[in-house]
Amino acid sequence: MGVKKLNVAILGTGNIGTDLLIKVLRSEWLNCRLFAGRNLSSPGMTKGSLLNVPVSARGIDGILDLKGDVALVFDATSAEDHVRHAPRLRAAGLIAVDLTPAKVGRLCVPAVNLADCIDEPNVNMVTCGGQASIPLAQAITRVNPGITYLESVSSIASRSAGAATRINLDEYLMTTEHGLHEFTGCPRTKAILNLNPAQPCVHMQTTVMARIASPDLARTRAAVAAMVEAIRRYVPGYQLILEPMTENGRLVAMVRVEGLGDYLPRYAGNLDIINCAAIAFAEAVARRRHA
Amino acid sequence: MSTDQPTITVCDATLRDGSHACSHQISLEQIRAYAKASEAAGFDYLEVGHGNGLGASSLQVGESLVPELEMLAAARAELKHTRLSVHVMPGFATIERELKGALAAGVDLFRVGSHCTEADITQRHISHVRAAGRHVWGVLMMSHMVSKEVLLQEARKMQSYGAQGIVLMDSAGAYVPAEVTAKVGHLAAALEVPVGFHAHQNLGLSIANSLAALEAGARIVDGTARGFGAGAGNAPLELLAAVLQRQGYVTSIDLYHALDAAELCAKLFAGSLPVSNGITIVSGLAGVFSGFAKPVQRAAAQLGVDPRDVFFELGRRKVVGGQEDLILEVASELARRAQPTPTP
Repeated sequence: MGVKKLNVAILGTGNIGTDLLIKVLRSEWLNCRLFAGRNLSSPGMTKGSLLNVPVSARGIDGILDLKGDVALVFDATSAEDHVRHAPRLRAAGLIAVDLTPAKVGRLCVPAVNLADCIDEPNVNMVTCGGQASIPLAQAITRVNPGITYLESVSSIASRSAGAATRINLDEYLMTTEHGLHEFTGCPRTKAILNLNPAQPCVHMQTTVMARIASPDLARTRAAVAAMVEAIRRYVPGYQLILEPMTENGRLVAMVRVEGLGDYLPRYAGNLDIINCAAIAFAEAVARRRHA
Repeated sequence: MSTDQPTITVCDATLRDGSHACSHQISLEQIRAYAKASEAAGFDYLEVGHGNGLGASSLQVGESLVPELEMLAAARAELKHTRLSVHVMPGFATIERELKGALAAGVDLFRVGSHCTEADITQRHISHVRAAGRHVWGVLMMSHMVSKEVLLQEARKMQSYGAQGIVLMDSAGAYVPAEVTAKVGHLAAALEVPVGFHAHQNLGLSIANSLAALEAGARIVDGTARGFGAGAGNAPLELLAAVLQRQGYVTSIDLYHALDAAELCAKLFAGSLPVSNGITIVSGLAGVFSGFAKPVQRAAAQLGVDPRDVFFELGRRKVVGGQEDLILEVASELARRAQPTPTP
């Protein structure tokens, strides 16, 4: 008998949900008990059926009907929907991993605070830019205390930004800024997002900048390198492309995120990184239950 | 001289595009003094703020000397007939943090821009301004990069969100007049709202391109005093004023005061006036955002690479406005490639 896998369900069968499904199917620690959405003929649902995954068009009701047969639910719907789902999942004793910007539960960036989140009933995965930038920002501010201003700039391929991302650009910026502030304690933070339509599509890139006159560059580089290694354990395509350097009174470091190319194209590292983070959290829960 | 030429709306972007030319160090005194001159010159709109618009004061693009609301208040106090406008780029500016403050500060016109293929990110910002009862235009930046068909499709989206005018920006100074004629003509014939053109001088064609736009049906034209703007600068307003008069277009410009405003600008911003040089020419040829000129020169000097190589590489990557962080990556990459490979 192999490892006892944790039964999970995925709520939302759009691009994010379907990419999560592929990742769950590959996991040694997770078993997809239900892939639940609203429309049985959607592309994601069709993919799930082809992969012999149990599917339901009854959304959260389909999951709650399984009662004790599911332990954890990934919510890849929308912020408004998650606000409605959260209390019902909690009442049913299900752990919620929230991929929307609803911010109901504790912010989770696995490379930084996975251990602190492991007993939380609801974790929020911040944003794609937050998953990419917060660990770098945290490494930088840990080595260089007293930084009062931090920025995170992400560029993503236009084709990886769906209608929901575009209409919710302000929420993306504010959630990312909030995450940077929460994890670093830095009083003032700013997030910027650029969409680039170049063909072939550009990979996601994220830059962290801090205003600091004379950083400890050697220690900053070591801390950032260690952090990048920690992230690569769950986001294999995360690469440091600009080592921390100073220019014009700024400390700057930059990463590129190449996606795994599971359901989404490889350039969509922005979608991959938030899904990889969600899986890392769920696998940690599974390991702990097994131990 | 024909007497049936149309009325043209002239936008003075000196105190916004000029922000790029002086590394965003425009002072309140400069704003007050220049705003008076712009009002006297009779320009329809005066645009004020950071070079990349509301909320763009940042480590990424450069921090403004003065908070944007103070800049807007200073200009507001000097303007009566000339209306106050701002540039807005979703991705930098949010409705909560920036638009609401600018509305309260009495901004008359919001020019909400995106890269020329991404108009749908302007929907909420445009709708918000319209709902607040102010004027709003859509701006398609870096418009040299796509066809007239794509520009029309994106402009129509902005029009459907409520934009009351559409401005094509030649953000890289990369157009030649025939392209302006084709693109502006295509939009002017198909849109219900007026079309405008915002030129840059990188290839020395800012006035020629502005005139081509007017002849193709544009009813809005942008310029800056002495061309005070990013890269090699914009269409100089004093020259635009002269050309508009020479061609019989109807405007509210007072020519002598427009010439005086240019002289004042030259005094106020002495030492920061844009010049055409090898770097700005290459920037236009490579089709890279004009605002990159100063940060590219700075990074190239620090990393010991040729700024022209940096521009051509940025152009090859089809970098868009707002992606200033890639300058450091590209310059570092070029520096690494230039290092002699160690011999075993």
